[in-house]
Amino acid sequence: MTTTTGTRIRGGIGESVKRPDGIPKLTGNFAYASDLTADGMLWGATLRSPFARARLARLDTAPALAIPGVHAVLTQDDVPGRKTFGQITPDQPVLVDGEARFWGEPAAVVAADDPETARLAVAAIDVEWEELEPQVDMEEALANDEVFRYAPVRRGDQEATGPVVVEGFYEIGMQDQAPLGTEAGLAIPDGEGGVDLWVTSQWTHEDHDQIWRSLNLAPGQVRQHPAGIGGAFGAREDMSLHIHVCLLALRTGRPVKMVYNREESFPGHVHRHPARLWYRHIARDDGTLVRVEAKMILDGGAYMDTTPAVVGNAAYFAVGPYRVDSVLVDAYGVRTNNPPAGAMRGFGVVQACFAHESQMDRLAAALGMDPLELRKHNALATGDPMSTTGQIIETPLPTVDVIEQVAALPMPPALDTADPLRLPGGTGLTTTPEYVTRGVGYAVSIKNIAFSEAFDDFSEARVVLAPGGVEVHTAAVEVGQGMVTVLQQIARTALGVEQVAVIPTDTSEIGSAGSTSASRQTQMTGGAVLEAARAVREKALERGGGDDLTSEGVWLAGELVMSMDELCADGPIAHHARFRHPPTEEPDANGQGVLHADFAVAAHRAVVDVDAELGLVRVVQVDTAQDIGLALNPQSVRGQIEGGILQGVGLAVMEELIVERGIIRNASFTDYLLPTFLDAPDVEMVLIEEPSPWGPFGAKGIGEPPTISSTPAVAAAIRDATGLELNRVPIRPQDITGT
Amino acid sequence: MDIRFRLNGEDRAVDAGGTQSLLSLLRDGLGLPGSKNACEQGECGSCTVVMDGKAVCSCLVMAADADGADLTTVEGLANEDTLHAVQQAMLDGGGVQCGFCTPGFVVAAAHLFESHPSPSTDEIREALSGNICRCTGYGAILRSLEKLAGR
Repeated sequence: MTTTTGTRIRGGIGESVKRPDGIPKLTGNFAYASDLTADGMLWGATLRSPFARARLARLDTAPALAIPGVHAVLTQDDVPGRKTFGQITPDQPVLVDGEARFWGEPAAVVAADDPETARLAVAAIDVEWEELEPQVDMEEALANDEVFRYAPVRRGDQEATGPVVVEGFYEIGMQDQAPLGTEAGLAIPDGEGGVDLWVTSQWTHEDHDQIWRSLNLAPGQVRQHPAGIGGAFGAREDMSLHIHVCLLALRTGRPVKMVYNREESFPGHVHRHPARLWYRHIARDDGTLVRVEAKMILDGGAYMDTTPAVVGNAAYFAVGPYRVDSVLVDAYGVRTNNPPAGAMRGFGVVQACFAHESQMDRLAAALGMDPLELRKHNALATGDPMSTTGQIIETPLPTVDVIEQVAALPMPPALDTADPLRLPGGTGLTTTPEYVTRGVGYAVSIKNIAFSEAFDDFSEARVVLAPGGVEVHTAAVEVGQGMVTVLQQIARTALGVEQVAVIPTDTSEIGSAGSTSASRQTQMTGGAVLEAARAVREKALERGGGDDLTSEGVWLAGELVMSMDELCADGPIAHHARFRHPPTEEPDANGQGVLHADFAVAAHRAVVDVDAELGLVRVVQVDTAQDIGLALNPQSVRGQIEGGILQGVGLAVMEELIVERGIIRNASFTDYLLPTFLDAPDVEMVLIEEPSPWGPFGAKGIGEPPTISSTPAVAAAIRDATGLELNRVPIRPQDITGT
Repeated sequence: MDIRFRLNGEDRAVDAGGTQSLLSLLRDGLGLPGSKNACEQGECGSCTVVMDGKAVCSCLVMAADADGADLTTVEGLANEDTLHAVQQAMLDGGGVQCGFCTPGFVVAAAHLFESHPSPSTDEIREALSGNICRCTGYGAILRSLEKLAGR
């Protein structure tokens, strides 16, 4: 087969190519879902449950409908098709079905001439709630057998033991993705009973498959279009207002737009699972791991969403990138009346990693061993079985390399005592240098890439070569990560043609690209584009009778033998590819099997300055070495890594939804703290390039690892500075001061 | 009520409506969606505009209070075929990911560079500490602007 190296093509793989959507985003011209408008458009708004659990005693829409400018007020009775939705199990009512099960659950939706009238209409709905006692404790939920999924692992000799035993209990608070763009959608009736929807989504085909069922339409009557997305991080893997806005559009016969404000965005999407984890590590005196036991409870909130998959990830990555032959894991995802939990960057591995890395540090202390030496001594490598599932790791796994490379990076300079901006607490002079202690901590992680556990994971792409250039058609959603750039680069290099445009394609025009999640799009849709582009090149060379293709046309032995116009005289050359990764299996009763398609490891080193008396932390620097396969776009890789690290830092020291009796008490950007420019550490990184056997040109997904081990690294650094146990993240000032 | 102001160099007379914010007037009333609505509490800076020489969160300004003001939004920074220097720097430096915070950063940074053509790294960090970015970790934005500052 003829291939091109890409070295001569401008804008191919390996270059820091500029984003095609960069200029519109910089000039304010990029259309996000919340910017869309249509002639005759109405505005939607949502009535929500004020309680975590309550019986809907009365809901009278008449007073709202009586307001001039109000066109529809819909309840669960108005859902014409399937009354529930949900990605894995449709267990969530489209609108409250008699009992609200979480705070903020949508109970009715209205459409009105303008947002203000819509809000007034929501307030005018005559509604009576009878509050019920919510179940908000995850251990009680487990005791009551409210379990979405139980994922056990039993591997090796269950009686194995050794001389050194460390136990620990760990807790993870509820983190929010807090994408800057809130949930937004525009639904336009097509005049023939169907509807077109532009909406914030990470996976249009999965949403579409739920929407048409609830609307009682044929699949082809609903078309979901990729829309401009202001960040996602998992928050848009499950649906929000999708069905509601379509219901309103179909009822009124007019375009309807809904945009959540920040307060309703917090309950309006799933969050990271809060978790409690109990661990026991058993080792020999030389540090060799003998056995790891873990019990993990993840709070799934009121509805299932992706909880079963998250629990699977927590269970199968419970040990981390370490080799051990005896493992017991009991992982549970439980149902409560807390805000629903689902996907967030790291997807179950974040919770496990905080616990297993805290344990590795404890074990090192118990052994009197250097924490990095302990990790290297037990490091998982290619050819080893996964300690949990027994799957033989056949892909490159540079665990020792990431540890050694991050440790070799230069340390930051000592605290500049003359500069108040460098002090924990900042320029307010809340502390002085003599109270500040520096700490350093490390952590290492392993994450699966793409979907696991026998999921039929595929992505479709169509590559079309025409005289004007190449079009790449895909339903894969760009959420900010830079996929549109990388797909262009892959197509350029594979084809040898420079003019490439990625065309966002609706659900009726192409099959699924799968979700923009699980660090999978570079490998999956990138793989589909590569396959399609290579096929188009072969067809072009065959048609032109040549040995090379460029933007000018087909070449033979260095001579142009057919121009692009001649080549496409009978029409464009196109190829449609459906790319699948190597198949995975269902776990057996002991959690054993080939469950995962690919793996990536990362190591982080955090340096912090802490005033232990005031509980103030400044994260000075977080460095990393990450296993990325190949950097298709180095600038974009760096951006993903830096951004992912800051979300991990956020979970370590500040980000937490405060939930009391199931009610979020800080549903605003004033009260939910996000890292600012002044909170962001410096980041140095080493990119380790060992090709993935099935990623395009050897690339691996890169989005999630930065968020996983950065959190335990920061926690370890704060422990180093303070000598405290700190078994919970985020680490709050009171956790440090003990007051 | 009718108000008059100068918007991106043009005199405008508009109905400010009853209680709406300057941000809603810009986005929904005047068809300028570049200023973004992400928090409506003045915490994230996505709606930053320059009003009478000060960078402000337009979500916190009553539309009626813009009467007589001189306003610059992100739509007023680039010429037809030339990006503002800050926009070009952020494009080259990879300072854009999802882009929702980007207009606010562009307006705030352009305002900074107008008064401080060569800000220090710390001055950049401080000046932009009212703008939240959830994607980049700020690194690429910082490098872009340091380069523009000649650092």
